[in-house]
Amino acid sequence: MPGQSDKVTIKIPRPLYNRIGKLIEESGYNSVTDFVVYVLRDIASVHNRAEDEVYSEEELQRVKEHLHRLGYL
Amino acid sequence: MIAPHGGKLTNRVLEGEALQEALKEARGLPRVEVNSELATEVRNIARGVFSPLEGVTPSEAFQSIIESDALASGVAWTIPIIFDVPSRDAIPEGQRTCLVENGQARPLAILDVEDIYLWDKQKAAAAVFGTTDSNHPGVKGFYERGDYLVGGKVELLDNNRGPYEKLNLSPVETRAVFEERGWRTVCAFQTRNVPHRGHEELQKTVLGLVDGLFIQPVIGRKKPGDFRDDVILATYEALIDNYYAKDRVFLNILPFVMRYAGPKEAIMHAIMRKNYGCTHIIIGRDHAGVGDYYGEEDAIEIFDEPRFADLGIRPITIRGDFWYCQKCGRVASNRTCPHGKEWQISFSGTKIRQLITEGEAPPPEIMRPEVFAVIQQFDNPFVT
Ligand SMILES: [Zn+2]
Repeated sequence: MPGQSDKVTIKIPRPLYNRIGKLIEESGYNSVTDFVVYVLRDIASVHNRAEDEVYSEEELQRVKEHLHRLGYL
Repeated sequence: MIAPHGGKLTNRVLEGEALQEALKEARGLPRVEVNSELATEVRNIARGVFSPLEGVTPSEAFQSIIESDALASGVAWTIPIIFDVPSRDAIPEGQRTCLVENGQARPLAILDVEDIYLWDKQKAAAAVFGTTDSNHPGVKGFYERGDYLVGGKVELLDNNRGPYEKLNLSPVETRAVFEERGWRTVCAFQTRNVPHRGHEELQKTVLGLVDGLFIQPVIGRKKPGDFRDDVILATYEALIDNYYAKDRVFLNILPFVMRYAGPKEAIMHAIMRKNYGCTHIIIGRDHAGVGDYYGEEDAIEIFDEPRFADLGIRPITIRGDFWYCQKCGRVASNRTCPHGKEWQISFSGTKIRQLITEGEAPPPEIMRPEVFAVIQQFDNPFVT
């Protein structure tokens, strides 16, 4: 089955599922899944961390020194 | 701290030994002159303002932005950062080239030319500006550009911060400041104007919702009659000094060329502020708009479209028509105040400008006297 491996199943309470189903009627969302993915992405994007650091410790030290010189730290 | 757009902050500013070696290399490379606007974009790329971009937009990313408002990786992006040339042989393909800003002796950057391609200006204009009308200043700008675009990564050699060095921090630096101050939520306020009491009210309302306010005037090309950059900065410094809780507000500039692309530009403004470490951005009516090309709420509503769900940074809009109401004794709006027109003092920009031109102080209900005093120190506060 194509695409099977990049999706997983998550269980949510049925009353919540039904309530969301009602909420999204006449909205731009095609399904409860679309809505849930939208909301989770929105939340996750605020909380995710940088994957790997572009700035070395030494560079970050220089950044802090510069900010000190300017009187910000 | 909010993650940078696309996950990591770009850093393509060369320093120390790497810079010395690159400067040596640059001497032997073909040189191409670029204007100050492109130089600004190159600096923004290198300093991480446009993270995750690492260079000027290559063909694949360009097509992807125009067709789906996203980079080839799927990360949201609405306005391609382009380097145009008049012909395919204006710059050697597949080679490293030294970019020099017009009139400067010091090399600006090394561009690793990845590809040179023809672009469909009409299609690009329709995607970015929502119109192909050449009366739109942004569309006109597209039509006047060269027929070819150059894509490739840049390495910055000249990290000149310009005349406002202290206020021209890069994203890695503002993030360090926000972290030091313990701000978990930061709202950006973009401006191209001197502050009146309406702006102050809006900013202080937002300060009840977030930990910090990041006031970021856009610095760069302006129209005659606009307030000068140094006037905008000096008036904000006076306002903050006299009327703000200094540990809740941070002033910094954004060198950036306005596109007047309305909703698509609002997304772009949000992405840049996210990179500076902001979780929210104030989006006003007809944000980054021009003429009547966009609906008043287009730039607000675009944030609700599912393809921008991953953006992370959220818009804050304080709705209403604002004035100072003498009966309420405060800044008020049609959503808060029941009193008649006879009580209202308007924030009309034209009116404020006229008073300033005549050397007359706007009423203190409209503009803080300390702000006006700063304006008066300039022979001519406007761009000529
Ligand atoms: Zn009133």
